[in-house]
Formats: sequence, C-alpha cells, structure tokens
Amino acid sequence: MVWVNAVVQGILLGGLYALFATGLSLVFGVMRLVNLAHGDLIVLAGFLGVVFTHDLGWNPLLTLVVIVPLLAALGFVGQLAILNFTLDSGLSPLLATFGLSIIVQNTLLEQFSADQRGLSAGTIETDSIRISNEISLGWFPLTTFLVAVVLLVGLQLVIRWTRLGRALRATSDDRRAAQLVGIDNRVVYAVAMAISLATVAIAGIFLGVRTSFAPTTGPTRLLFAFEAVIIGGLGSLWGTLVGGVALGIAQTVSAQISPGWGVLGGHLFFLAVLLLRPRGLFARADAS
Amino acid sequence: MTEATAQAEPQPAVRVVRRTWFSVGGAVVVAAGLGVLVAVPWWASEGQARNLVEFFTLLALAQMWNLLAGYAGLVSIGQQAFIGIGAYSLYLLGDDGGVHPFAAVALAGLVAAAISLPTALLAFRLRGGYFAIGTWVIAEVFHLLTINGADIHVDTGGGEGVTILSAARLERTFRAHGTYWWALGVGAGSVLLAYAILRSRLGLALTAIRDDETAAGSLGVGVLRQKVLVYVIAAFGCGLAGAVIYLNLLRVQPDAAFDVNWTAYMIFIVVIGGIGTIEGPIIGTILFFTLQQELSDYGVWYLIVLGGVAVAFAVWVRGGIWGLVSRRFVLELFPVRRRVVYRHGERARAPVSE
Repeated sequence: MVWVNAVVQGILLGGLYALFATGLSLVFGVMRLVNLAHGDLIVLAGFLGVVFTHDLGWNPLLTLVVIVPLLAALGFVGQLAILNFTLDSGLSPLLATFGLSIIVQNTLLEQFSADQRGLSAGTIETDSIRISNEISLGWFPLTTFLVAVVLLVGLQLVIRWTRLGRALRATSDDRRAAQLVGIDNRVVYAVAMAISLATVAIAGIFLGVRTSFAPTTGPTRLLFAFEAVIIGGLGSLWGTLVGGVALGIAQTVSAQISPGWGVLGGHLFFLAVLLLRPRGLFARADAS
Repeated sequence: MTEATAQAEPQPAVRVVRRTWFSVGGAVVVAAGLGVLVAVPWWASEGQARNLVEFFTLLALAQMWNLLAGYAGLVSIGQQAFIGIGAYSLYLLGDDGGVHPFAAVALAGLVAAAISLPTALLAFRLRGGYFAIGTWVIAEVFHLLTINGADIHVDTGGGEGVTILSAARLERTFRAHGTYWWALGVGAGSVLLAYAILRSRLGLALTAIRDDETAAGSLGVGVLRQKVLVYVIAAFGCGLAGAVIYLNLLRVQPDAAFDVNWTAYMIFIVVIGGIGTIEGPIIGTILFFTLQQELSDYGVWYLIVLGGVAVAFAVWVRGGIWGLVSRRFVLELFPVRRRVVYRHGERARAPVSE
C-alpha cells in the first residue's frame, strides 16, 4: 500500500513539475532558446509572493493577480531589450541567460539571505481527502495538478485556435517566411517570453505554498523542468505533463526505497530515458 | 626520378606562415616568465604562492572550458563534475589506495577522463542548450552519489566531506612546493596543450567546426568524434585541476567540490577575456582573479556585477577583451591562424580570417 501511495503522490507532484516545465518548453518551441534562468525566475516569483503575503497580509494565491502580470511584463521587456539580440548565435543566448541566472540568484541572496522561506495559504495546505488508511489526497497537490492541466489545455487551445497562436506557430516553423507575411518576430518572441514568465509566476507561488525554498534552489527547479520536457518529448505540451508525472513518480518511489535517493532517483530515471528513448516517451513525430 | 619531378615543378609563389614578430617576441617573454614562475617558491611568500596556485588552477579550468565552448561549440555547465571527481580520486587513491598524493593527482586526471567517456555517451544525445542542462544533471548525479557514497559502498565521507590525510601528513614546505609546481604545470600545461591542439590536425578540424559545423562535416571532418575527444580532454584537465585545488585546500566537501559556481567562473573568465582564443582566457583569468581579490569584501554584489558584465559581453562584445584588442592591432601571442605570404616575405593579403 505504501507503494501505491508513493505513486499517487508522485503523480500529484508531477503536476508541479509540469508547471515548472511549461514555460521552458514553450520558449524553446517558439525560438529555440533555452532559458537557463528559468529556475531562478521561479524562485524569484516565490520571493515576490513572500513580499506580498508578509507585507500586505494577502493570501499567496491572491498575489498571483499581481505577480503574473509583473513577471509577464518582465519577460516581455527582457526579451525585447536583451535576449532578442542574442538569437543569431548558438552560444550567446546560453551565456546571457546563464549570466541572468547568476544575477537573479545573487540579488535574491542579497535581499532575502540564504534562509529557507515558505508561503502559507491557510487550511488548504493541510486538508486532504482520505481514501484509505495509507492513502490520502492533499487538496493543495490536487489543486496544483488541476491548475497544470488547465494551463496546458488553455495554452494548447491558444496555440491551436487564436491569431496569436498562429503567429507563434508560424514564427517557430519559419521565421523569415513569417516576416514576409507581416509578422514581427521580435514581438512574437517577446509575447512568448511573457507567457512563459506568466507560467513561471504560477509555478513559483505553487512551489512556495507546497514546500520551502531558498535563493539557491533555483537551479534544481530548472533541472526538474528540463527533465520533464525531455522525458515527455520535445515539442509536445502533453508530453510535458506526462514527463512531469513520470519524474514525480520516479522521485517519490525512489524516496520510498531510500530517503536520500528521491532527487537522485529522478535524475537516474531521466538518464535511463535519455539512453533508451532519447526522443522522449511521447516525441512528436516531426520534432527533430 | 623524384628529384627530377621536384625540380620540374615551379616553386609556389606563396607559403603559409603562422608566426608574427609579435608572437616571436611574445614567446621569448613567455619563456622568461615561466622561468621566473618556476622559481616562485624561493623568492615569494607562502601566501603569494598559495594565491598563484588558485590562479593557475582557474586558468587551467578556463582553458578547458574555452576548448569546449569556444572551439567544439559544446556549452557544458557540468564541468564541476570532473573537478569533484578529481578531488575525490585524490582522496580515495591517496588515503585508501596508499598512492603518494603527488602521483595521485596525475591519476585523478586519468580517472576523470575515463569517467567522461560513458558520460559523453549520455550527454551527446542532447544538443545546444539541452546539452548544457544535461551535463548539469550529470554533475548533480555525481554530486548526490558522493553524498550517498555509503549506499554504493564507496568511502566518500557523505555530506560532511573528508580531509585528505595523505596530503595533510606531508612535510609542510614539501607539500607547499609540490602543490605549487603541480599548479604551475597544470596552468601552463593547459595553455600549451590548447596551443598544441589548435596547431594540429584536430585544431584545424575544431576551427572548421566552430565556423560551420555542417560545412565541416560535409568536408569529411568527423564532427562527433572530434567533439567527444575534446570533451574527454577537458574532463582530464578539469580532473587534474580539481585534484590540485584540493591538494591545496586539503578538505573536500561534496557541495563545494561539485558546485556549479566552478563552471560559472569558467564561463565568466572565457566570455569576458575572449572566447575562441588562447589569449582570452589568460586575460580573463588575470582580470577575474584581481577583481576577486579586490572585491571579495562585497560578497554577492561582486557576483551580481560579474553576471551583468558577462551578459553585456555575451550580447554586445562577443569577442571579449582580447577580441577588441586583436581586431585593432592584429596581434596574436599564440599564433594559430594561418596566413599566406609571398616568398620574399611581404604579405599576400590580410590574415586568413577566423
């Protein structure tokens, strides 16, 4: 029964990892940019949550109303002002986003010290549905999972059916051809980064309510997000959800075997997928 | 017969040279400088020698990262894996294996190179930015395996780390001198190794890959094989440097030895100094090291500023400081570019560009 419980908790944890991964996957899909500051931005969102909950006494989930637009604006401006100038080379975007990651991480260290922080959302954090003596579903992990599903479905619909989605797909397929029909790829990229950072804001707040975090925990979130993307298969948003869930299960089951092996088990599972199915469990047929 | 053919052929009007007056003068200065540096233990204070150990190991790390990113186009964020492996190899070989620590340093480099081969098998399934994060995950795996060493029956001392007793028990000045010479060897060796590689066939292949991977492949360069080779060489260099760093520090902890900041320093040094040149990492290391000594009181602010400078260079000053210098003055301290000149000495045209 403990194993069933480990799997169930792993699936729910996977919802959080899918939240981490969505923005990373979207930006890579649209402009082939790997944002190495992604994890630190998630933690930044968490700290913004700390500021609003402590100083203004808001519920963390309410702070999303402010933090989502704030980070989206940051993404829009950052893309226009800095990252758009790096996209003509293979190295520059990596070096620039790595530099940004160091800046964000150390600014957080300077402002908030290295202490662990958390967000308190009230009783939803501890309430749960009891299924049997050993298995219970926490309301909050369940909410996180549902938010991840809604976010991925919503994003899928936007990309499939809206004008913006068409522009995103067109730019992703062929930037020059898209320019010929009047799409300004710089603006499209900025919008994609804005959407990505909006998902980062949601991920950061849900991370903060679920567990404690510190300025130095950003890189690990980046690694989890990346593993979810690769396990699920590049270029597939549903794959991202499946990848997140698979990673979550690998971690909780490993932790059940030996407490020190949770994260390590997740990494090893990722490497096994890389070795056996390098294009992910659910690679899109045309993603090469 | 062969002689007749040779005589029948007209002398080509041009020949290819790499040397310049600046590089010849530079070589003399470098040789003299090396002489002075070898003698450091006899004329400098112990503190100065320790600082130089730090400087030379940083230089070696930067040169290795430059080979990877600047020439093979491999942005690795996981080089700390090989620093940690080098450090723990030194400990395991010296304390458990009874090897003399100075000999164990060399073996530590070989261990890192050996481990990098299966690692490459995994990492090379990813490309570009995903290769970067993939190497980072692999480094984390080594980090966490070291913390949980007891579970896989390796004596790593767990999360608290270990003291390298075999080195700590050496006589004090003997250890200080040996460590310094190892560091000098690794630092100067990394520069000479990079220079030798870039003048060789491998170097020509790497330069071609750096300029255009597809074109290089279509001309018969075994792109993947050359990249793996560079990856293994860089692992060897980082393993050696890691062992020397901890020969100096004597205490190894997994969180510090496998810290991603090691790779962050390599990136800062190379990007600011000038990526894809041998001179760049040298200038970058001097700058980085001086700033670190001067600004260490400012703690995280130092890293914030450095991150900002690195972003600015990555976006707007792609060639780094050496790129700015060499563009203006056409200088090369380590001539790896080939130029075509007429027989009687004058230059046929501008240097065959990078």
